[in-house]
Amino acid sequence: MPEPFLELVDISKSYPGVVALDHVGLQVSPGEVIALIGENGAGKSTLMRVLGGVVEPSGGVIRVDGAARSSLTVADAIKAGIAFVHQELNLFDNLDVAGNVFIGREPVHGGPLRLIDRKRMYADVAPLLERMGCDFAADAPLAELSLAQRQLVEIMKALSLDARLVIMDEPTSSLTLAETDRLMRTVAGLKAHGVSIIFITHRLNEVMQCADRAVVLRDGRVVGALTRAELSPAAMIRLMIGRDLKSLYVPPAAPPGDSVLEIVDAVTDTYPGRAVSLSVRRGEILGLAGLVGSGRTELARAVFGIDRLRGGAIRLDGEPIRIESPRAAIEQGIYLVPEDRKGAGLLLDVSITENISLPDLASYMRFWLVDTARENENAACQRERLKIRAPDVKTAVGSLSGGNQQKVVLAKWLSMQPKVLIVDEPTRGVDVGAKQEIYGMLRRLTDAGVAILMISSDMEEVIGVSDRLAVMHEGAISGFLDRSQFSEHNVLQLAVGHTIAAEAP
Amino acid sequence: MNKKDLSLLVLILVVGTVVALINPRFLYVGNLSNTANQIGLFGIFSIAQAFIIIIGGIELSVGSVIALLGVLFIDLIVNHDVNWVVALALIIAAGLAIGLVHGTLVTRMRIQAFVVTLCGLLIYRGAARYYTEDATAGFGFGASFPTLEWLAAGRTNVLGFPLPHSVVALAVVAVIAWVVLHRSVFGRYLFAVGKNEEAARYSGIRTNRVIVSAYVICGGLTAFSAILIAMYTRSISPAVHGSFYELYAIAAAVLGGCSLRGGEGSIIGVVLGTVLLQVLQNLVNLLGIPSSLNFAVMGTVILLGVLGDQYLVQRRQRVGVAKRGEQTSVAAAPLERVKAE
Ligand SMILES: Nc1ncnc2c1ncn2[C@@H]1O[C@H](COP(=O)(O)OP(=O)(O)OP(=O)(O)O)[C@@H](O)[C@H]1O
Ligand SMILES: [Mg+2]
Repeated sequence: MPEPFLELVDISKSYPGVVALDHVGLQVSPGEVIALIGENGAGKSTLMRVLGGVVEPSGGVIRVDGAARSSLTVADAIKAGIAFVHQELNLFDNLDVAGNVFIGREPVHGGPLRLIDRKRMYADVAPLLERMGCDFAADAPLAELSLAQRQLVEIMKALSLDARLVIMDEPTSSLTLAETDRLMRTVAGLKAHGVSIIFITHRLNEVMQCADRAVVLRDGRVVGALTRAELSPAAMIRLMIGRDLKSLYVPPAAPPGDSVLEIVDAVTDTYPGRAVSLSVRRGEILGLAGLVGSGRTELARAVFGIDRLRGGAIRLDGEPIRIESPRAAIEQGIYLVPEDRKGAGLLLDVSITENISLPDLASYMRFWLVDTARENENAACQRERLKIRAPDVKTAVGSLSGGNQQKVVLAKWLSMQPKVLIVDEPTRGVDVGAKQEIYGMLRRLTDAGVAILMISSDMEEVIGVSDRLAVMHEGAISGFLDRSQFSEHNVLQLAVGHTIAAEAP
Repeated sequence: MNKKDLSLLVLILVVGTVVALINPRFLYVGNLSNTANQIGLFGIFSIAQAFIIIIGGIELSVGSVIALLGVLFIDLIVNHDVNWVVALALIIAAGLAIGLVHGTLVTRMRIQAFVVTLCGLLIYRGAARYYTEDATAGFGFGASFPTLEWLAAGRTNVLGFPLPHSVVALAVVAVIAWVVLHRSVFGRYLFAVGKNEEAARYSGIRTNRVIVSAYVICGGLTAFSAILIAMYTRSISPAVHGSFYELYAIAAAVLGGCSLRGGEGSIIGVVLGTVLLQVLQNLVNLLGIPSSLNFAVMGTVILLGVLGDQYLVQRRQRVGVAKRGEQTSVAAAPLERVKAE
């Protein structure tokens, strides 16, 4: 292995009430792929923010090419060849691909007029597009690109800066399987060019697939490192959470009952020509798989009353119901845990307590006023149950780690009494241990008679947790699978619109 | 009372002390009573404005509404012999209706609040002037409504201090508004809608209804203050009455810690903001500063106040980060987080 060009020594960082990093050390050599793993709130993002120059460490040394310093600025990081692909992409919707790659560094001509030299810009982007194997053009408007394509744009931006190290914070958490595959190929390509990569993920199979070594953080400390030869999911889990995990699937206590939620020929605005029919039974988890953009989220939004249905009907316990607003859905006992936690799930600079009680405030009401004592009590109890890592329930959710924010979104709904619970990507960004916790909770709900519709793009999750599967393709259901038919192959076949041999009704 | 309110209070005391030292007439009972009266009148519609700013909107038509409803109120009781209690009810109802229209336009028609209320500003002013044919509306000689006048514009001696009834009205309004905003379920909804309307909707809050309610409350309170102001001035020239009052209201709200991005604000802060503005007004009068400089002085002080506040927030953050484990304000942490993302 070549000499490391980047070294972190004894890096520490504390926030009020939290020690995010505690004497962490890390070395990066050219051309190596390092997976950074650990539980939610372990300090992974914070460590990478230190490298990217956005967070100033409270102690320790950063050595770039032998030169030691106590902290980096964003400009230092870029100069040192460190590029940070943020979890929340920093791109401009109103520019095209080339414009985004060269934002702030546009080639100019025309002397004092400093006009943007578009020709050169496009010429400069072309080789990058080719190197990444992109299927979009340099002048494609960003607004038309999918999330995965946008990520490639971010990476191109990094490469155009001559990055030696590309940092990716949970790059695959919102990608589909095929897109993840492509990203893995991109990673391999970068490695072949001598670029180092650090990526954070909660999906262990990705680590298995492409990492040279894995560094495991727990409570802000490095608790171990695994070389390529030592890598195995079990070993990683043991280091991450300090114990073994049982298998994902827990069968329901009783066979499923009657249909609770029936969706009959529902048509949404995104796919006006296509109708979806499915039903979720009492006490079961129906997984809803499919590629991103297959219309699953739109279906959920329509059932929850965010959007109007264009056609079709929804029946609850056999009775046709009209849902015109989320309020109406909630009154009927239909809840939705949305996919976009920052936009739709949370009030970021509000406390954990107030976020959790928001959908159910009326029940904390005494003479029109909020009973804050009871509210706090319930939040504390949810925090305990879901192991939300925060100094206390008064903490603003914006300062929590990604996975812990997701747990708060779940907690909002779990403290109420649902009939039907729709969860859209329920464990995005959640660590393996907490995932298990969440799955256990979903199972307890179904055992109590709740019907759950679980939308997920995480193959392990869809196959491991659902009792039955529906797969969507371009706005229509392409097939249902029973547990006996569950396989990655079958799900993928249906997701791309093929049929499979023995299809259950 | 949060830190922001506290620093505003300190600022008021400092400005007050300086004025009192330079010109002791500041502390004369008559002067204090008059200033208090102004605070009472301006405070009520500033609180009205705060409701709108907290949900992330803005209400620019306050001044014009005060002119139009003031003119109508006087016209009703003077020229049409309407019983003043009935007139009061009618005017408040009109204010509520205006709020309802604004709220509906903002939510159902999806027009930006700035545009809706800017049109309101122009329309109501024009209506007031047309209705009176640009003549001053007022109480003729001899016309008198002793009970109403005493209630709305009178003063009661409290321990030797002639307490204006407008201050009593403001106190009542402020206490109710405080409970509604900071303690009630509806208040939580207002803040939630201001912070993130989408997330509020996903949480089952009827966001449109909450927004319309805020405009209706604002309209009602503005109408109430329009009556108090009309009774205080006793004559209204529709071309200038109440002009720029919306800006006083916005300034008071911003000084008091409301964010124009919505989701933030405190009633105590708004009241203190009003107090500061009126003390400044008084300062201009008492220190012999040319009254043409009135707005310039106020603008400067607001700017300085906001700058100082920003400085304190940033310093608190830096200190908080430097000192291990020290507790900083809840608001500071996410700010840093947002920047870090
Ligand atoms: N700006 C901040 N203010 C206060 N606490 C913070 C801030 N940023 C991070 N933290 C805390 O530091 C700890 C580490 O957070 P970090 O985001 O690094 O976790 P993570 O390992 O990336 O977790 P996840 O897998 O959930 O993304 C958490 O307890 C978090 O609450
Ligand atoms: Mg993270």
